[in-house]
Amino acid sequence: MDVPLSWYLVVAAALFCIGLAGALSRRNAIAVLMGVELMLNAVNVNLLAFWRHVEVVKATLSGQAFAIIVITVAAAEAAVGLALAIALYRTRRTVDVEDVDLMKL
Amino acid sequence: MTVSQVVFILLSIAALGGALGVVFARNLFRAALALVLSFVGVAGFYVLLEAEFLAMVQILVYVGAIAILIIFAIMLSRRMMSSETQPWNEQWVGAVVVAAALFAALVFILSRVDWPATEAQVPADSISQLGQALVSPDFYVLPFEVASVLLLVALVGAVIIAREQ
Repeated sequence: MDVPLSWYLVVAAALFCIGLAGALSRRNAIAVLMGVELMLNAVNVNLLAFWRHVEVVKATLSGQAFAIIVITVAAAEAAVGLALAIALYRTRRTVDVEDVDLMKL
Repeated sequence: MTVSQVVFILLSIAALGGALGVVFARNLFRAALALVLSFVGVAGFYVLLEAEFLAMVQILVYVGAIAILIIFAIMLSRRMMSSETQPWNEQWVGAVVVAAALFAALVFILSRVDWPATEAQVPADSISQLGQALVSPDFYVLPFEVASVLLLVALVGAVIIAREQ
């Protein structure tokens, strides 16, 4: 393998941390969702990098199968999350997560 | 440096630059476009890792569906299109510090492990093997079916949440 496993792991860690910073620091609910998508992508890069470098020897495909399940969950999460954002905008005319504190004591 | 290492570095610049654009773009629409760039970079990683099916799924699902869905949601709410006065909340310093600390910890741990390197080749028919594994009772038919039920539930839930009362 030309590209060592550690390169993928470092890039995936950076991607995850950038997504985390975005999810924590953005005010817009849709931007928070975008940060979560970035984090899920980083996880997928990790899964496939480990599959290619460790698991190919055993001739199984669980890394790819896991990544497919993660993509499915990400798609479901994006659909429901964006539906929530649209419903929120329709009723409260805002998508700022700070303005939506109904369940805070 | 080999060709694939150069390609890897270019893809990393695309993926990480796009991710930084998502976090730091003032305009939400530009953030969504940067997200597309990041997704395409990640798809390139999959090609480098010889997971061609996953690369195509990444382009189809993330770029073709999720990114377009996000852009739709941005456009459906008029106020979101304009540049906000302050797109970040007060805890952004803490968020950046936490993310940087997590990155430093991860890189520290990564540098202390001797990662295995394999010379094994991916089998030429890995895509058909994957297809069979996904419906084989010995492998992943249960998560596969659960995923389809999850997609159905998400579909119905999204329709019910987003429709007019």
